[in-house]
Amino acid sequence: MTNNISVKDRMAIERTRMPELDATVRSRNFEEVNQGLSLEAAIQEAQRCIQCKNRPCVEGCPVSVSIPDFVGKLAENDLSAAAHILQRDNALPAVCGRVCPQEHQCESKCVRGVKGESVAIGYLERFVADWAMENTDKLEKVALPPPTGKKVAIVGCGPAGLTAAGELARAGHKVMIFEALHDTGGVLRYGIPEFRLPKTIIDSEVKRLGELGVEIEFNVIVGKTITLPQLREEFDAVFIANGAGLPTMLNIPGENLKGVYAANEYLTRVNLMGAGRLPGATTPVIKGKHVAIIGGGNTAMDCVRTARRLGADRAMIIYRRTEKEMPARLEEIKHAKEEGVEFIMLTAPLSIVGDKDGWVSALACQKMELGEPDASGRCKPVPVAGSEYELPVDVVINAVGTNANPLLTATAPDLSLNKWGNIVADENGMTSLEGVFAGGDIVRGGATVILAMGDGKSSAAAINKWLSSK
Amino acid sequence: MFEVLSNTTIGPSLHRMVIRAPRIAAARKPGQFVIVRLAEGEERIPLTIGDANMAEGTITLFIQAVGASTRMIVATPVGGFIRDIAGPLGKPTHIERWGRVACVGGGVGTAVLYPLAKALADAGNQVTTIIGGRAANLIILKDELAAFSDNVLITTEDGSMGRKGFVTMELGDMLADPALCPHAVFAIGPVPMMKAVAELTRAQAIPTFVSLNPIMIDGTGMCGGCRVTVGGVSMFACVDGPEFDAHQVDFDNLFARLGTYREHEAADCRLKEQVK
Repeated sequence: MTNNISVKDRMAIERTRMPELDATVRSRNFEEVNQGLSLEAAIQEAQRCIQCKNRPCVEGCPVSVSIPDFVGKLAENDLSAAAHILQRDNALPAVCGRVCPQEHQCESKCVRGVKGESVAIGYLERFVADWAMENTDKLEKVALPPPTGKKVAIVGCGPAGLTAAGELARAGHKVMIFEALHDTGGVLRYGIPEFRLPKTIIDSEVKRLGELGVEIEFNVIVGKTITLPQLREEFDAVFIANGAGLPTMLNIPGENLKGVYAANEYLTRVNLMGAGRLPGATTPVIKGKHVAIIGGGNTAMDCVRTARRLGADRAMIIYRRTEKEMPARLEEIKHAKEEGVEFIMLTAPLSIVGDKDGWVSALACQKMELGEPDASGRCKPVPVAGSEYELPVDVVINAVGTNANPLLTATAPDLSLNKWGNIVADENGMTSLEGVFAGGDIVRGGATVILAMGDGKSSAAAINKWLSSK
Repeated sequence: MFEVLSNTTIGPSLHRMVIRAPRIAAARKPGQFVIVRLAEGEERIPLTIGDANMAEGTITLFIQAVGASTRMIVATPVGGFIRDIAGPLGKPTHIERWGRVACVGGGVGTAVLYPLAKALADAGNQVTTIIGGRAANLIILKDELAAFSDNVLITTEDGSMGRKGFVTMELGDMLADPALCPHAVFAIGPVPMMKAVAELTRAQAIPTFVSLNPIMIDGTGMCGGCRVTVGGVSMFACVDGPEFDAHQVDFDNLFARLGTYREHEAADCRLKEQVK
């Protein structure tokens, strides 16, 4: 029995490495970069967990996965028990195992990280979730409670909405998701590239929700096709998780030249519509040989790595501060570098220069240096006089962020918004309207998949409580 | 899935399709559009809602088959289905009682103009409709528009119907005559036509509105592809539009951006022809 392994022996095991596709090969295709652990590697990694009493990793998880429990079952090679725990706690474990910033969450709290390397919780989550997808026959069927007769509407089929849907369906409520696009997943599908999160993973996680009785209606834009007041009449509670809105513009000259994209458009073309990626796709995308991405977050990394895969000789990150301040995950930065992405740091765009036909020809930039820390706590970039220069490019992608989507809120005048147009919600997701809850980017502005999922989970708990008190 | 209830040709490559879409029919107002995606793998295409029947739960789309995707959409037979239709999107036209209005339509833009002109007439405006096209067979909806317009003026470039020339000639005559001069102008058609109308009414500062048709993907306020320069700033046709103050619109930028994928479209059409 693996339980008999001593703490000393557990401590002696070194952290496993994620097998990756070769960087020169993968930088020209859309196959998933991380290949996943073997069973042997996963069990060995799971045995590194010393099953400490305080379980700080669980505190670090926005959806409170019982990490030591599923890792413990995995260490014993009891995969169906591990999968049962994981799927109970997390509606989208195969997604989280791939896109969560574990290094800042569960893994950052792991006691093994104090002296050495933390347990690779993300890799293990992915391993167990993937195993579960391929071995559905070996999984215990989720026993649903008797129907409560209550109906909940969820606006948006992204990470927050899907998580809330799973939780509410398992509490016995009838759940209906209204999705504006023609497919599931929200940002998971239109935003996150195939090489980080294969679309089949989303399909398979959504299918599991379908088995819980969750229904999804596509092409319904709440605020346009139907309104929030209509939903409130028809349903006992509403959870709004319609995500981020339009891009924040750079407000520099040349932004509307041909060949200038906002990150959402570029990624949507390639990810959701299959442009440049799927043979049958009819949606086009300008591929570009020299592509500049403005921004330093995960979205910027997704864009720049996509540009490489679409054939860019130079795919460049243009960022005002230094690599140290970049909000992107370390893994994304590492992968991007391996794939030949150039990091042009301490550089700000001044304008986008066009040719006589209205196409992008260059990005006019200025060098920056770091000054005093600003309100965000990061050092404020200060322009270096006389350092202006032009970088020849044929595609520019703006990945600096997004604003709140106004479509739903425009038809719900009683719903309290903050000054940026985001919905005001308390820590349980409750809004200013009775029975209306909200979470994810429509509340937070631009955040992460896992924080949206955390909102979905806590709001679902609050909705459940609210419905049972009615 | 959205069922096609009728599909008629009303001009060269121009189809009128009636489609069952009860939710959209109930919510839609003049000036709004839908995003249509025929089938898996196909593009999302913005199309203005030409008309709707709330009782029957139907919407009418006027579709000019100019590219590979629109050709496939109009090839859908009665009883066939369109996979995705999302909407109604965009802001409805602001309808008010201006008094005398001129509604100017060019090509398939006339179909987009139709619900707007009707709503203006219903609001008690005196509507003069000016429709133009290259030749008589491209003049559409003239009887439908005549039903509520005080006057319908037609121009064709080849003189095969109405006055020979452009819609701006008729509009120019109206502007020059104080007894006919409109209090507001609505123009929908090819970008050069809308630009010419805007230039014509600028001097007299007559409120002029155009409905823009930029490249769009999601249409729901997410991707930012539909941005147009209005009054020197970027605005998004899907949430801020599609109608804008014509005197503020940078038509040259809109025209240039519409050409972003021209080469791709030509190649795509050639490819589909070969497959056939």
